[in-house]
Amino acid sequence: MATYELIETITLGSNAASVTFSDIPQTYTDLKIVISVRSTYASTSGILWLRFNGDSGVNYPFRRLEGSGSAVSSNAATAGQIGIGRTTGSTATANTFSNTEVYIPNYTGSTYKSVSSTAASENNAVAAQITATAGLWNNTSAITSLSVLDGESSNLVTNSSFSLYGIKKA
Amino acid sequence: MSTVIEVNCATGQVTERELTAEENAQREADAVAAAEVQAAVDAEQAAKDAARESAVAKLALLGLSDVEIAALVGN
Repeated sequence: MATYELIETITLGSNAASVTFSDIPQTYTDLKIVISVRSTYASTSGILWLRFNGDSGVNYPFRRLEGSGSAVSSNAATAGQIGIGRTTGSTATANTFSNTEVYIPNYTGSTYKSVSSTAASENNAVAAQITATAGLWNNTSAITSLSVLDGESSNLVTNSSFSLYGIKKA
Repeated sequence: MSTVIEVNCATGQVTERELTAEENAQREADAVAAAEVQAAVDAEQAAKDAARESAVAKLALLGLSDVEIAALVGN
């Protein structure tokens, strides 16, 4: 029977540019991150980034499918991080936070690391983003740390929360 | 000055500190790089939109109705 365990969770007590989980145990099969964030970015929504082991090199190809409520789009890029989803920005409905779930299988393996995520920004109005992302970290190292960053050079606000789970096979 | 939060999963210790000068520089470089990536993505999307509009206009000139065009290319 598979197990699903909370490794660590944190809720921000003040604004921060990023949150890093370090010294991740190497005893699980997969990792899952559950994120609820709002940003100081002056828009209805911004980008949320993910990096592994502090690597900011252009080693993260990803594909993204987005719907805004009025349009759909898909795009691809290779960057210094994976755009895993959306933040809710400061001009969106007050006190709403975006949701993002990220799955990282085989994070201790020696192959490139795949990432999938789904996200929804929140806004009690027409414009809101829902995003599905598939990405890769072109690195064979085991993942020992991961960072979630505000992708707009803004800050993630108080009460944003981040939970890291470990999943073990039977 | 922005802060960063680090959660050590081995000890449970949470560290909050200000960005170093190096991290600030990285953040600024990240923003520039991300803007370039986004500009390329936007340009690609704009080219796709323009090609679609052109195709729809040509289909209309061939005599297809709006409903028929929508059936082919979506709304």
